[in-house]
Amino acid sequence: MGFTLTFFLYPLSFFNQINMIEKFNKIVSSAVPLPIENVDTDQIIPARFLKAVERKGFGDNLFRDWRYKKDGTPNPDFALNNPKYSGTILVAGKNFGSGSSREHAAWAVYDFGFRVVVSSFFADIFKGNVLNNGLLPVQVSEDFLTGMFEAIDKNPAASFEVDLQSQTIRNVSLSTEYKFDINPYKKECLLKGYDDIDYLLSLKKEIISFETAK
Amino acid sequence: MEATTLFDKIWDAHVVNIIEGGPSVLYIDRHFIHEVTSPVAFSGLEGRGLKVFRPQNTVATPDHNVPTIEQHLPIREELSRKQVETLTANCERHNIPLYGLSHKWHGIVHIIGPELGITQPGMTIVCGDSHTSTHGAFGSIAFGIGTSEVEMVFASQCILQPKPKKMRINVEGTLAKNVTSKDIALYVIAKISTSGGTGHFVEFAGSAIRSLSMEARMTLCNMSIECGARGGMIAPDETTFAYLKGREEAPKGAAWDQKLAEWKKLKTDDGAVFDTEYTYDAADISPMITYGTNPGMGVGVQGSIPTGDDLTGSDRATFLKSLEYMGFKPGEILKGKKIDYVFIGSCTNGRIEDFRLFAEYIKGKKKASWVTAWIVPGSKQVEQQIREEGLVEIMESAGFALRQPGCSACLAMNDDKVPEGKYAVSTSNRNFEGRQGPGARTMLASPLVAAAAAVSGFVSDPRE
Repeated sequence: MGFTLTFFLYPLSFFNQINMIEKFNKIVSSAVPLPIENVDTDQIIPARFLKAVERKGFGDNLFRDWRYKKDGTPNPDFALNNPKYSGTILVAGKNFGSGSSREHAAWAVYDFGFRVVVSSFFADIFKGNVLNNGLLPVQVSEDFLTGMFEAIDKNPAASFEVDLQSQTIRNVSLSTEYKFDINPYKKECLLKGYDDIDYLLSLKKEIISFETAK
Repeated sequence: MEATTLFDKIWDAHVVNIIEGGPSVLYIDRHFIHEVTSPVAFSGLEGRGLKVFRPQNTVATPDHNVPTIEQHLPIREELSRKQVETLTANCERHNIPLYGLSHKWHGIVHIIGPELGITQPGMTIVCGDSHTSTHGAFGSIAFGIGTSEVEMVFASQCILQPKPKKMRINVEGTLAKNVTSKDIALYVIAKISTSGGTGHFVEFAGSAIRSLSMEARMTLCNMSIECGARGGMIAPDETTFAYLKGREEAPKGAAWDQKLAEWKKLKTDDGAVFDTEYTYDAADISPMITYGTNPGMGVGVQGSIPTGDDLTGSDRATFLKSLEYMGFKPGEILKGKKIDYVFIGSCTNGRIEDFRLFAEYIKGKKKASWVTAWIVPGSKQVEQQIREEGLVEIMESAGFALRQPGCSACLAMNDDKVPEGKYAVSTSNRNFEGRQGPGARTMLASPLVAAAAAVSGFVSDPRE
């Protein structure tokens, strides 16, 4: 298989271990529902909270303007404030993460404690950003997504199993399963906690000869 | 030889390596950076004990956070000041050319790149900003990236990218008077939705596109991200070459001739196949305005908001939520709605042509007394042109004041915020909830539609 061969050619020794992302394998958790479509990155983290020069604390302002009322108190109607919802899986309506390229959106979702985001459609840049941060985007069919919302609606503690190795997500209460797509390279990175930069640094010679030939 | 697209030609010429079953290692010719999405990338790089690999291929400018008045004074807001100072320090440490606030070429990153001739046909260009798509107007592959990817480019001048699918959007025929490329953009996004281009890179083609100026092409490519596409591009032609010739960083002398010969080959071959293709008639496009909370929710300025009767389930709920935020009702007519703010500027419409259009419309008229207008040039060079062409006098006698360059009210990271519940007709690119300030209600439009709104104080048709 081509994919196996590739990783044989680029073995672990190419990846220095300093900046590894958190490894992802399997998660069994309840989920927090956000049945809204076209959630853009300005909603995930509004621009006024992008002023930090360090990558920390963005979870505090995740969905800031939906999560808090104007007076700064939590909005009890918003899912993240509802004590009946918990877990490391966020389930959102289609076209999640559109708009700005701000990686702060991925950091905010991760920093809040989510490890999986499920939607029936993701915007490109956001999808790339979450993958670079050890957060798994799981794209499912409209039907499967509806089934997840239904299961949570019936029982907020409803459990879901996400297995990266087999690329499956299981809706335990409905006994349904969906096999999701992921780029094999990114899958391997997440399973092993690899970082793209380590890989790119291993290519320095090729990059320099590319520049010379240009 | 197989017919190939412009996109394929440029992409394939920049692939250093392909990971089987995975992304390509793509070489990046130009990397633009700004104060908001670079600091964490610099600290990540330094944490690995690395220097920026190719600082001479990197260009920096602070734009997102900066005030648009009194730029000679230290930035008052502490966090903004710290971000700008951090960018300056990082650029000094890594020998990266910086066009800082006091530099004569300072401005919004997507305005100054083309203006200085840094952006050229056939290049790969990235920046930690989704509107990097702007640079595609020159026939380059330009797209926005996240901060992890900014760090990748710092470290290796490459990024890992899956090759996107290809889409061509043809606009044929002649645009009516007072219809601009902003209207083309809003029209197309209304047709294909904000996710219609996801997974694709768009080439804009057709006679209506060919007739556009470089400024207008940049507006269109800038907005390509708003249909979900990674970027948009237009094959370079005489308009492109005439714009570039003589600019600071453009090749000179024999080097120009050599580059020109290469650039002339940059086009999609006849018979090349796109994954998706749309064709529109320019004559069907009228001045547009948005009514909702994503750029795909737009109609002709004479039109009415859809009723949403054909929508069901979560589609309908999302539509109604959006209208509720905007304070509009399904089926309402937008023309005649009272507005409070007007913003002319941003990387979408902050170029000299935009201010010429605005000035031409308001000449001899007066701003509506209740309207607050922010007129923000995209760069120092644009500001200077506005002054040299006498547009400031026209604006001032109509009751408008010119501010200083920056991203300003497009994303309201500085003090230029639209208050809660107020309506703004804005030439920027996003009408998301809270984009121009918490609770702000944004209606996207061209500089002409915005000019008409500024003068009348209501949503108006500039053709009337």
